[in-house]
Amino acid sequence: MTVNLSPPSLLTRIRQSDLWYSFTRQRSAVFAAILLAVLIISAFTAPLYAPQNPFDPAQLELWNAEIPPIWLEGGQWPYLLGTDTQGRDILSAILYGSRISILIGIASVVFALLIGIGSGLAAGYYGGFVENALMRVGDILLSIPTILIAILVSAIVRELLPVNLRDMGAAGVLVLAIVLSGWVQYARTVRAQTAVERRKEYVQAAQLLKVPARRIMFSHILPNTLTPILVAATLNFGMAILTEATLSFLGIGMPPSQPSLGTLIRLGNQFLFSGMWWIVLFPVLQLCLLVVSVNLLGDWLRDALNPKLR
Amino acid sequence: MIVFLIKRLANAAFVMLVVALMAFMIFRFVGDPVQLMVNEQTTQAERDELRERLGLNQSMPMQYLHFVTNAVQGDFGISYRNQQEVMSLIAERFPATIELVLMATIISLVVGVPLGVITAIHRGKWYSESLQFLSIIGVSLPSFVIGIMLILVFSVMFNILPAFGRGDVVNIGWWTTGLLTRSGRAALILPSIALSFYQITLVMRLVRAEMLEVLRSDFIKFARARGVPAWRVHYSHALRNCLMPVVTMTAMNIGSLIAFALITETVFQWPGMGLLFIQAVTFVDIPVMAAYLCIVSFIFVALNTLVDITYALIDPRLRNAKA
Repeated sequence: MTVNLSPPSLLTRIRQSDLWYSFTRQRSAVFAAILLAVLIISAFTAPLYAPQNPFDPAQLELWNAEIPPIWLEGGQWPYLLGTDTQGRDILSAILYGSRISILIGIASVVFALLIGIGSGLAAGYYGGFVENALMRVGDILLSIPTILIAILVSAIVRELLPVNLRDMGAAGVLVLAIVLSGWVQYARTVRAQTAVERRKEYVQAAQLLKVPARRIMFSHILPNTLTPILVAATLNFGMAILTEATLSFLGIGMPPSQPSLGTLIRLGNQFLFSGMWWIVLFPVLQLCLLVVSVNLLGDWLRDALNPKLR
Repeated sequence: MIVFLIKRLANAAFVMLVVALMAFMIFRFVGDPVQLMVNEQTTQAERDELRERLGLNQSMPMQYLHFVTNAVQGDFGISYRNQQEVMSLIAERFPATIELVLMATIISLVVGVPLGVITAIHRGKWYSESLQFLSIIGVSLPSFVIGIMLILVFSVMFNILPAFGRGDVVNIGWWTTGLLTRSGRAALILPSIALSFYQITLVMRLVRAEMLEVLRSDFIKFARARGVPAWRVHYSHALRNCLMPVVTMTAMNIGSLIAFALITETVFQWPGMGLLFIQAVTFVDIPVMAAYLCIVSFIFVALNTLVDITYALIDPRLRNAKA
C-alpha cells in the first residue's frame, strides 16, 4: 500500500479551509456568489450574444425606438426588455453598462488599495513625520463628505481636460475621483495594524538580520494586515460601483455615448412620466442586484474572518 | 479641560483653513475668473480694472488671506452664471435643505429605533432575521434609485403624491417653510423618505448591536429577576441605555445627510442648496461650488467638534486621550 505524501493541491486546501466551510454553511453567501458570478460573466460575454452593440451609433435605428418589453403588447424579438427612445436595446445596454460599472469598480478598488497599503505601511513602519503627515491628510479628507470629494474631483478634472478628451477620459476621471475619496480608509487600517505588528518579535528578528525595510514591510508585515483589508476592499467595491452610478446619474460621469448603469438611469429618468417605465426600471434592477450581491458577500466575509464570532 | 478645548478647536480651525485653501485653489486655477466674468464687448481696460478690483494682481498668499477673510464674513463673491451674490443664493436655498434633512432625521429615528429593538429582542425569529437581511439591501440601494422607485410608485402609478418641487411655501422672516401648507407637506413626504432610507438602516443596526450588548448586563438580569414586565425591561431599562450612541451618530450624520441631500434634491428637483450646487457643477459656476464646499464642510466639522466636546464634558477620561 502506498501512502500519498505529496502536499495537498490548492483545490483540496481551499476545500478543507475554515473559510470554505463557513461559506458553504451560509446560504446568503452562496446565493450572492452565484448571482455575482452570473452578473459578471454575462456582462463580459455580452458581445458574443447581445442583440446589438449599444455603443455603436450605426446599429441604432430610430424605427426600433420605444418598443416595450417582449411580454407586453407591441413587444418585438429580439428586444427582450424593450428599447429606449434612441432605439437602443435595453438588455444590451444593461449588459454593456454593467461591464463599465464593474471595470470602474475594480480599477478604483485596486488603485485605492495600492495607495492605501503603500502609505499605510510606510506610516506605520517609520512613524514620526510620515505618520503625522498621513494622519493629517486623512483628518482633512474625512472632514469632507466623501460624495462631495468625488463630485468636486470629477467636475474639476473634467473641466481641466481639453473638450475633445472629456468623453474618452471619463472612465479615468471617475476612477481618480473614487480613489481620491476612498484610499484614506485603507491607509488608516493598514497603518494601525502595522504599528502593532512592528513591535512584535518576528519583525525585530528580521531587523537584526538586516533584512531590507522594504522586504520587512511587504513580505513580513503586509500578510498579517490583509484580513481587515480584504473585508474593506469587498465592501468598498460595492461602494465604488454606487459612487460611479451616482456621479453618472448626476451627469458628471460616463457620457451617454458610453453609458454605465448610472448614465442609463439618468437617461431613463427623463421618461419616468411618459409611461415608458422599462427604460429606467431595468438598469435600476441590474444595479441593485450587482451591489446587493457584493454587499452580501462582504457582510459574510466580515463575520467569517472575525475571530470573535468563531 | 481648557487645554482639550483649545486643542480641539485649533484642530477644527486648521481643517477649515485647509478646506478653504482647496476652495481657493478651485476658484483661482480652474479657468480664469476674469475671463469667466466678462463678455466679448468688455475692453482690455475694463478687464484690467476688474482684475485689480478682484485682487488678482496680488501675491498668492495675500489672495488666499483675502479669500479667507471674505469667506468668514460670508462673502463668496458673485455667481458667474446669474450675477447674484453667492451668499444670498445659498441663504435662499438653505431652509429647503435643512427642512428636508431634519425631516429625514426624524423619520430615521422614528422608524429605525423600534426596528432595532425588535430585531434585538426577537433575535433568531424569522421576521427579525429577514429585517436584518433587508437592512443589507437597504445599504446597497443608492438614494437616487430609492427616489426614482418612490416616484414611479406613488406619483406615476397611483398619482397620490407630488414628485418634484416644494409646493407652496410661507415666509417667516428670511426663513421659508413648506410645513405650513398642505402642498408643502405633501411635497416633503417622498424626498424625506428617500433621504432617510440609508439612515434608517444605520440606526436600526446600531440600536440592535447596542441592545444585544445591554441585554447581557447585570442590571437587566436583576430587573428580570425582580419580575419587571418584559416590555418595561426592554423599552424602559434597556433602550434608555442605548440612546447615547444613537444621539451621537444622528448628530454627526446630519453633516453627511446635507451632502447626500444633493442627490435626493436632484431626483425630486427640490430647490435646496444641493440642487444649486449640482447646477453650479454643470455650468462650472466656480464661486458657488467653492462656497458650497466651505459651508457643508463647516457644518460637518462644527458638528463633529461639538460632539467631541460634549463627550469630553460628560466623560473626563476622554479629555487626555487624544487631540
